[in-house]
Amino acid sequence: MSKQKKMTLSRKHNLTGWVFLAPGAFLILMMSFVPMVQALLLSFKTGVGAAMRSCGITNYVRMFQDAVFVQSIKNTFFYLIIQVPIMLIFALVLASILNNRNLRFKGLFRTMIFLPCATSLVAYAVIFRSLFANNGIINLLLVNLGILDQPYSFLTHMWSARIVIIIALLWRWTGYNMVFYLSGLQNIEYSVYEAAKIDGASAMQTFFKITVPLLKPTILLTAIMSTNGTLQLFDESVNLTDGGPANASITMSHYIYNISFKYVPNFGYAAAMSFLILVLVAILAFLQMKVGDKRD
Amino acid sequence: MKRKILAALLASTMVLSLAGCGGSAETPAAPAGDNGAAAEEAPAAEEAPAAEEAPAAEEAAGGDETLTVWCWDPAFNLNAMYEAEKVYQKDHPNFKLNVVETPWEDIQTKVTTAATSGDLSTLPDIFLMQDNAFQKNVISFPDVCMDLTGSGIDFSQFAAGKTAYSVIDGKNYGVPFDNGAVVACYRTDYLEQAGLTIDDFTDITFDQYLENGKKVLEATGKPLISMQAGECDLIMMMMQSAGSSLFNEDGTANIVGNETLKVVMETYKTLKDSGVLIEVNSWDEYISSMVSGNVAGTINGCWIMASIQTAEDQSGKWALTNMPSLVGAANATNYSNNGGSSWAVTTKCANPTLACDFLASTFAGSTELYDNILPSGALATWAPAGDSNAYGTPNDFFGGDAVSAKIVDFSTKVPTNITGVYYYEGRDAVATAITNYINGSDIDTEMQTAADTVNFLMGQ
Repeated sequence: MSKQKKMTLSRKHNLTGWVFLAPGAFLILMMSFVPMVQALLLSFKTGVGAAMRSCGITNYVRMFQDAVFVQSIKNTFFYLIIQVPIMLIFALVLASILNNRNLRFKGLFRTMIFLPCATSLVAYAVIFRSLFANNGIINLLLVNLGILDQPYSFLTHMWSARIVIIIALLWRWTGYNMVFYLSGLQNIEYSVYEAAKIDGASAMQTFFKITVPLLKPTILLTAIMSTNGTLQLFDESVNLTDGGPANASITMSHYIYNISFKYVPNFGYAAAMSFLILVLVAILAFLQMKVGDKRD
Repeated sequence: MKRKILAALLASTMVLSLAGCGGSAETPAAPAGDNGAAAEEAPAAEEAPAAEEAPAAEEAAGGDETLTVWCWDPAFNLNAMYEAEKVYQKDHPNFKLNVVETPWEDIQTKVTTAATSGDLSTLPDIFLMQDNAFQKNVISFPDVCMDLTGSGIDFSQFAAGKTAYSVIDGKNYGVPFDNGAVVACYRTDYLEQAGLTIDDFTDITFDQYLENGKKVLEATGKPLISMQAGECDLIMMMMQSAGSSLFNEDGTANIVGNETLKVVMETYKTLKDSGVLIEVNSWDEYISSMVSGNVAGTINGCWIMASIQTAEDQSGKWALTNMPSLVGAANATNYSNNGGSSWAVTTKCANPTLACDFLASTFAGSTELYDNILPSGALATWAPAGDSNAYGTPNDFFGGDAVSAKIVDFSTKVPTNITGVYYYEGRDAVATAITNYINGSDIDTEMQTAADTVNFLMGQ
């Protein structure tokens, strides 16, 4: 008798848990996973607009013959390889500076560095575009300081356009990652640092021997998130450079958008390209986990 | 106890916001905290479209004469719609328009989404469509636009070249709206400093344009024209001025071996290299280069006048004439077309008779309307409007010239071209080619690459 009662109690507990889980799980299922499966099915079809027909894996073969898409993959990986490490190192350095207990106006600095994250993606892209315009403030400064004779057209040259995108990304996302590091640093006993100081460790040594190893899980998290975000980069490419000049800064998502909405729509092909991004994100995240999660 | 109340409040807010997602406010508050909440979701979501359609059906039955319209430029086509509403309200006092400002890119996205999902209820009754996108949309989504042939709208009174954009398989899908005849505008005060007048720019070739431009650059330090980098507006205008297109009649790409395109690309590069043409990064920068007096002129569709005229301090300092013609291209003329749009009626429209009658008695039947919207630069493609006296009125901004009459005259001389379904693909490929060519690539290689890109995108 008493045994049965116990069973019902644990069942009751389980049931409560499921009740709390159910609404969220249901919404995620309906709004996220069902469309994902539909998109996967769509990626095996081709056709113009609403008239689609099955085509097997043609779309997946096709995308590697698509010069513009290959270019967009290269661009995206360029952003990834250059921007993500710089941003994470920057964020880490800023976080350890701002973690110093003796620093004054810490709150103010933290807010200021985090603030770019609160701006809309489109708004900040448009602002960067006008900063780097021919008659923008950057050119004005460079010309007035005598560094340049003529305004330099940053966004119409291949490399400078890409670099402007990287600068914009750094401005927007460094503070965001810094916040993760700051919260990670809260979990490191301050006495560890004090002990290191007593032992005569320099600031550099403290950073590399204490901060970095203890923050490893957070670094891994931010690396995966940044990789994911960079591979899906869209707003900056559309609003800042419009993919130009000559597709030199177009990202994969931007090209997918063009295929779906600007050009004669081919949703099957667009869905297939989206799945390539998914696969790339999964592979990179897996690699980072393997590399970063060596527990010693 | 307090906690319980708080929990109940939180739970009810959540349920309400969930119900809000479903788009139906009448959803009975789901019993919080059991599976019912999740189960309740599904019917709520299904109800949503039905609930939205219901009032639309009522409108038709109850004789409510309201039409929803999407278009994008407040100073230009929104204004035209408001004027059309006033004109139509004279005979139909109950008639009302609900004009929603929607940028063209958003209209395109929404149309694509609605058409592919098969749920057209999100679309308006009438929307404005770029002429260049008409073929693409009607062919990709045959269900969206209503066939207006035989709807009481007299299409024969519109300029033939203009109507052609919205005719697919001999059927009319759009009511032509604005004129995109190309004009060349110049700052006469800058020209004067270089010892030139507007006559030195009328009926000229691009060679003479380049010579004049160098003089202006030397005297004032201002380039003659600015263009948005990566957008090939000028390229397309030059192409059409010689009656050439990126596509053939049968829809195949006409890029490799297109002598006119080659001449156009070479001309563009020469202009750019000489400093007579400068490239800017964005549309805003393009407009500001003109209104802030950093360039001595521009070449664009006549709708650009609306933007130029926002610089009121420059009134009287501008003059308008035709564009230069290409040198070395067969059939070169001084006339072309850029942009322009047409009104489309959606199949979702609950009251098609009303929509057609509205368009027939305004944009295809009212000189008064065209006279009212003329000051904003909306020039008619509807022939009877051109006879109106309003078109002879001098425009003080352009030195007292009767610019409207001039543009109507230009528009009759524009060579027709083929837009093709893959217009935007072609345009982007050529824009890439020209950017690379300016930066030193070989012209033939770039044209071949552009053709390959277009052919690739056309193959499914």
